Amino acid sequence: MKKFKLLALGSLLASAVLLSVALMNTRMADRDYAVAGGYKVGDVVQDFKLKNVDGTTVSLSDNQQAKGYIIVFTCNTCPVAKAYESRIMKLDEQFAAKGYPVVAIQPNDVQRSPGDSFEAMKQRSQSRKYSFPYLYDESQSVTQAFGASNTPHVFVVKREGSQFRVAYIGAIDNNQYDAAAAEKKYVESAVNELLAGKPVTTPSARAIGCGIKWKNA
Amino acid sequence: MRFKTVFQSLLLVSLAGALPVQAQSVPVISFEQLSRQINRSNDTLYVVNFWATWCGPCVQELPQFETLHKTYATKPVRVLLVSMDNKATLTSKVVPFVRARKLQTPVVLLNEPDLNTWVDRLVPEWSGALPMTLVLNRKRKVRRFIGKALKDGELQSIINQYKL
Repeated sequence: MKKFKLLALGSLLASAVLLSVALMNTRMADRDYAVAGGYKVGDVVQDFKLKNVDGTTVSLSDNQQAKGYIIVFTCNTCPVAKAYESRIMKLDEQFAAKGYPVVAIQPNDVQRSPGDSFEAMKQRSQSRKYSFPYLYDESQSVTQAFGASNTPHVFVVKREGSQFRVAYIGAIDNNQYDAAAAEKKYVESAVNELLAGKPVTTPSARAIGCGIKWKNA
Repeated sequence: MRFKTVFQSLLLVSLAGALPVQAQSVPVISFEQLSRQINRSNDTLYVVNFWATWCGPCVQELPQFETLHKTYATKPVRVLLVSMDNKATLTSKVVPFVRARKLQTPVVLLNEPDLNTWVDRLVPEWSGALPMTLVLNRKRKVRRFIGKALKDGELQSIINQYKL
């Protein structure tokens, strides 16, 4: 009887150890998935200057009121980006006034993806009445610096003095096919936590997306 | 308008019925089922391509997998096309696509829309961008991650490295 109890205790301990190892592995993998060379959560981002659809240029430093930004790499053509378009518009509605406006960046090479041309971007932002800038990363250098790999791909950055630090990288929510069925709204939760001065519980998450169309080397 | 849609689906159904019997079906599987299929300790090299009917670059590289599947039919290579399409579009999009293109490589639909529940266990370096390809053989410790579209002939030269 005693022997049995000991055995049970032993196996319980062993499974606890195994479980914690498994959990640790998941955590580490979580942190490592961002594209090699791109920003990781906690990194300070370098400001950029990109052409907006309204003819102006936009930098992160322009808006002195911003507490941070919801930077979304997105485009006209990707079916997943299209599925998320209204959710991106809602994020700006919800958070611009609170200090976290959306900045959308179109990263695709126009040779490879003609539907993402600057002209097409202008048309889309006008017809959908985007309330946020829609920038064209013609050289793809900003996309590369961020390490965005797909559309849509979100980077939430938080102001620290004159700098911006990455607080969240990844998906908007956990259901690309159906906004109503998404029970984890990663970006919304992250920004709400930042606004409340709390640490971000889920600093990265993935979703299916279209690979960015890089210029042919 | 509605009449037209009904007519189109009727047309599709009758076309599908007229196809030869070897047109494949597309099983809907879970991550656990996929994992069991591709993580076996045998001599087979598993070439697993994650794609979707709506993903242009994915569709463009499908012929490379079809060729591989045919060329290595008698060799220990198993090519698997894992569709990440919405399960709700299985009969309206995925199956018609597979039949119209007469795909011979096995196709499954992975019904796991929340990547965060399973990707870390299979391919932690993947951000979720399609297409993505994995070349695996547990026994020989082969594991190759290709996180973007394959150029013409690229798949063949990757497979050639494993001297099958």
